[in-house]
Amino acid sequence: MPGSPLRRKLLTTLLLAPAGAWLIVFLVLPFIAIIIFSVGERAPEGGYQAALTLTQYANLPARAAAFWNTLILAPVGAFACLLVAYPVAYYLALKASQRWRLILLALIVIPFWTSLLMRTYAWMYILGGRGIPTLLAYVGIEDLRLINTPGAVLLGIVYGYLPLMILPIYVSLERLDRRLLEASADLGAKPVSTFFGITFRLSLPGVTTGFSLVMILLLGEYLIPTMLGGGKVFFLGNALVDLFLQSRNWPFGSAIAVTLVLVSVVVLIIANRVSSRFSGARQVDLI
Amino acid sequence: MSKSYRDGLPVTSEEFVHQLMRLRRGSIGRRDFLGLTGLGIATAVLGRELGLAPTPARAAENLGDRMSIATWPNYHDPATFENFTKDTGVAVEVNVFGSNEEMLAKLQAGGSGWSLFVPTNYTISTYRKLDLIDQLDMAKLTNFDAKSEDARFTAEGTIEGVVYAVPKNWGTTGFAVNTKKLTKPMTSWKEFWDTAMAEGDGRTMVHDYQLTTIGNALKYFGFSFNSLKPDELAKAEELLIKVKPHLFAVSSDYQPAMRAGDAWMTMCWTNDGAQLHRDIPEIAYVLGKEGGEIWTDFYAIPKDAPNKPAGYALLNHLMNPQVAVKEHIANGAPCTDARVNALLPKEVLENPILYPAAELLTPLEFGAAATLTDPSRAELMARFKSA
Repeated sequence: MPGSPLRRKLLTTLLLAPAGAWLIVFLVLPFIAIIIFSVGERAPEGGYQAALTLTQYANLPARAAAFWNTLILAPVGAFACLLVAYPVAYYLALKASQRWRLILLALIVIPFWTSLLMRTYAWMYILGGRGIPTLLAYVGIEDLRLINTPGAVLLGIVYGYLPLMILPIYVSLERLDRRLLEASADLGAKPVSTFFGITFRLSLPGVTTGFSLVMILLLGEYLIPTMLGGGKVFFLGNALVDLFLQSRNWPFGSAIAVTLVLVSVVVLIIANRVSSRFSGARQVDLI
Repeated sequence: MSKSYRDGLPVTSEEFVHQLMRLRRGSIGRRDFLGLTGLGIATAVLGRELGLAPTPARAAENLGDRMSIATWPNYHDPATFENFTKDTGVAVEVNVFGSNEEMLAKLQAGGSGWSLFVPTNYTISTYRKLDLIDQLDMAKLTNFDAKSEDARFTAEGTIEGVVYAVPKNWGTTGFAVNTKKLTKPMTSWKEFWDTAMAEGDGRTMVHDYQLTTIGNALKYFGFSFNSLKPDELAKAEELLIKVKPHLFAVSSDYQPAMRAGDAWMTMCWTNDGAQLHRDIPEIAYVLGKEGGEIWTDFYAIPKDAPNKPAGYALLNHLMNPQVAVKEHIANGAPCTDARVNALLPKEVLENPILYPAAELLTPLEFGAAATLTDPSRAELMARFKSA
């Protein structure tokens, strides 16, 4: 039913209202609260006490190690995910038969139905003394410790975030125009240069989407280093949990949270720039 | 490890998995599993909603039909709550927490929904100061008898003559050692830290908790567990940072690693020590002869409790010695009430993990409220963890 412009405008507003209200109540207002907290002071018994000071931000270097560890973990973890995910996505999109593709996609997605906490807890037992090390002891490799090592953390990260990397890459490869590959071969390009000149470049939007998705989640990662790394390596997520729940220094925690959000936004902007420069036309939908 | 973000669930998913694993290992029965994870109670509530369970006849006071308690993992006999529900018609939702700070944060934020909770001695004065807990109406606690309580353990529940909390049980913080792996006998915190850097390299755990980890590092030098003196804390920090690369983990969830044999030695609370030793006899529990921590867990009622009548009724039920004795047998922590101790089996009373020799208890200190809220100790812990 074609209505007057006013009615159409009203309808649009009504349809957007739920999402807008949701964003304001659960994103904008809490973020404003965090910003207000971050210029406050810690009350003597912990918590927040009103003030207007930049002390908390000046204090950020006290968590320099956590920032540093996180800024290394996030790209390294995302890159490890990429290395594992790309061949899988490539096989799925370009090589697998229709039937296999469905089965494999299901296998990738189904573990997501279980909480990451449960799956990480399972790894604690697989890597723990009664898991793989017991099996290895049968073949003569004794006293090997897998749990609470950097390798265990990396394994947990790749395992946990792999689907988030595979799916966007798969989607961008699946839309690949195969005639371009044929043209490249006809013009005498070797498979390697076809791959880097065409396939990889055209999949870059998927790669950057996957990379920034995984990286942003890793910037706030808390669970995997705690459970598979024995809590020995201190990331920003761990610093935040301690400040809010242990020492109850909410203003300092808020200052770190605000800084973390800013870092995440910078990562997104860079990813977006990289993506649009290399792929030309298509825009990434993250921001 | 923090455990409170899955609010509203009877147990956190982490705790659920932990209990599921225990069920699978056979270290608890299915009934215990249902009780500990709250599944049993959830089923009971559902049953009531669907009209499957008979309505209890007794309803002297209007207690409502449900209440919620905040407590610690592995801390109650599930039958306690089931019997309470049977007697009163009030279903009990159990929320399990990992630290006092989390409980405090939740209560301070408001709307926790708890009608009873289990704070540790050093937090009660803070709750009082923040006006978060009620003065207890002792007339409603007919089963409590102040005369049968050991005053050493109950003192911190009373502030300026007013009772705010009554004790559940007490305990100590020592360390557990797998004596098959670390054969040298140990009796002190000095030996704990030295062994962590030698034979126990890569196999030692410390709590993810500043109170005990810093406190027990202070004991290495013979300083007070509660010290806030900058020079003493600096020495403790130096020790902690030296030990850090040798540690297996910084975590308060040490039972799985000790049971699997991944860790050989860990800082440990009484009841965990008793459970580990019961299931794996070669795991010993040691109290450092220099001292360390002694603690009491209390029951208190939040000011904003939604169902105070049921909170009082459950507290009174828990103070009944016949009920309390089963609680103590189930969770394994020693009791403050002489009436309950009289009912406990001899092997519990003679268990040196639960009831250590008096001379070992003398040097122990109760954690102080100031120790817990002190910002310099929090920053020290952060530097230790990020080292």
